[in-house]
This record gives sequence, C-alpha cells and structure tokens, in this order.
Amino acid sequence: MSVVFGVVRFPGSNCDDDAVRVVDQVLRPAGASGRIIWHKERALGGVDVVLVPGGFTYGDYLRAGALAAQSPVMDAVVEFARAGGPVIGICNGFQILCEAGLLDGALARNASLHFECRDVHLVVEGRPTPFTHAIPAGRAIRMSIAHAQGRYVHPDVDRLEGEGRVVFRYATADGAVIEAANPNGSQRNIAGVCNAEGNVLGLMPHPERACEDLLGEGGEDGLMLFECALAWKAGVPARVGGKR
Amino acid sequence: MRARVYVTLKSGVLDPQGQAVARTLGRLGYGEVQGVRIGKYVEIDLEGGDPDAARARVEEMCRRLVANTVIEDYRIEVDT
Repeated sequence: MSVVFGVVRFPGSNCDDDAVRVVDQVLRPAGASGRIIWHKERALGGVDVVLVPGGFTYGDYLRAGALAAQSPVMDAVVEFARAGGPVIGICNGFQILCEAGLLDGALARNASLHFECRDVHLVVEGRPTPFTHAIPAGRAIRMSIAHAQGRYVHPDVDRLEGEGRVVFRYATADGAVIEAANPNGSQRNIAGVCNAEGNVLGLMPHPERACEDLLGEGGEDGLMLFECALAWKAGVPARVGGKR
Repeated sequence: MRARVYVTLKSGVLDPQGQAVARTLGRLGYGEVQGVRIGKYVEIDLEGGDPDAARARVEEMCRRLVANTVIEDYRIEVDT
C-alpha cells in the first residue's frame, strides 16, 4: 500500500513534474507514489495527499492564482480539505489555496519589486501539520524560492500567530529570524501558513526542488516535508532531518 | 451597459510599484508628488438595462474574483 500523492496540473503549472518525480521516484522506496490530476477533473480519484504545485497558472492574469482557484478541480480539492485530507500548496500553489479560501491571507508583489530567485533558509514553528510534524523545532531548512508575488499579508497577523498557524519563517542559515533574511517583505518573515485545522499548508519556497543529494549541502532538506506526510498517513511517530 | 471597476490596494498595504513610480516622478522634477498608488481598471460589458441589478451582479463578481478583498478595495461605476 503506497501513499498516493495527487499533483494538480493547471495550464501554466511548471513544478508539477518535479513534484511527481519526488513522490513517484525519489520516495517510491519509502512507500510513496504520485500522479497528475488535470484541472478539469471533478474527482481526485482516491489520492491520499493533494499537492498544488508551483508555476504561473493562467499567466498570473488578474492576480497570481486567482483564475486557477476557480478551476473545476478546486471544488474537489476544497471538499478533500474540509474532510481533513492533507493538502500542500507550493509557491503558485500557495497563492491558489489563498485565492480559493482554503488559507487565510494574500500574497502581494515582492517589496523589492524583483523576481526573487535564490536559496533561502526557513525555520519551522506553530502547530503540527501533516507536512512538518516531525521536523525538529529550530532546525534551519534550506530551499529555493522563485517568485515575484510572495509577500505574505494578513489583516490580523497576531491572531494567526496566536493560533499557531505560522508554520515557516524566513531565517538565516543559523535559524535567526531577522529582517535581513526576509526576501520579499512578508509580514514578520512569514514563508508558510496553515489553516485552522492544520491539514492545509501553503509555502512560497520549493521543497520539491530540494529532494536529492546531487544538489549539495541542504539539497535534500525538502524531503522532510514529504517524509512527514508519509509518516502522518502511516500513523507512526517519526523524526526526520536527522542527517545533519 | 458597461460597468467600470477600480481595484486599489487597501490603505496600509505596501505598494512598491507606486513607490517606484513616485521616486521616478521626483527624479523628473515633479517635487510636488507626495505619493503614488497603483491599481487596476476593469471594464465589464453587460447585457440588460437595469443599472441597480447590474451593480449588484458586478459587486458579487468583485467579491468572488475581480478583487481580492484581503488586500484590495474596489469601486464600481455603472454607465447607463
């Protein structure tokens, strides 16, 4: 029995194949598999985890993620999430989940006005989610970002923090959350948040691009999120990221 | 019938595009410029002849898609 990841593909998705590679090849020995779900499908077909990947769906017309959030498949994704199914949105996928109302807040144009394309470090905090529950607190995780609209804005960020829904913050390589480590002007260095129930997670950085040791130091840090999801589905306690 | 929708960032939400344009206007010698905010202008052509009904429909369109009310405000004008 493998844990099946459904990767939703919209017109303009471009990290979909990377995500499928991670779950269907890199993590196949660990019990994962993956397949694409086309945006016009109305059923998810019995997947265990939904992944909304990065890209530039509909050319970012109107606002990043705004049009994809209205796709036929999103009704099924919302239903899956409301039933407690684990959902992760990465980069444009995060924007889509916000636009679809599954996550609070919005992603505005980077304060720098630049398309920010580089490695960043993150720290994990907040309530446990299916994708982060086994990552040691305070552990700095390295991943890349590649976005122009990633500045997280929330009208009541105190409440969000109070509910433990800030899951990732931009930090230095030592795990210090300081303004200099904030690549896009996000409120309080927020890089990822979850919903009130904790089963829906969105983040701007790309874990699927950091899953193979070929990529060097920290090049496998993204695997931790997928390994957490496998442990979550299996219901076994786990501790990931023990290599360093 | 035509509806004109103006979508603007809420006051308090940083507008780096507006800041960049304000700086450039300053460089061009327009020292009186105190600030610039950039938004979107959307024209929506509609069938039907009842402006009040049209406004109500466009209001709903704005809430559901045209604006993101987390960070944006909108204003609707309906031509008759």
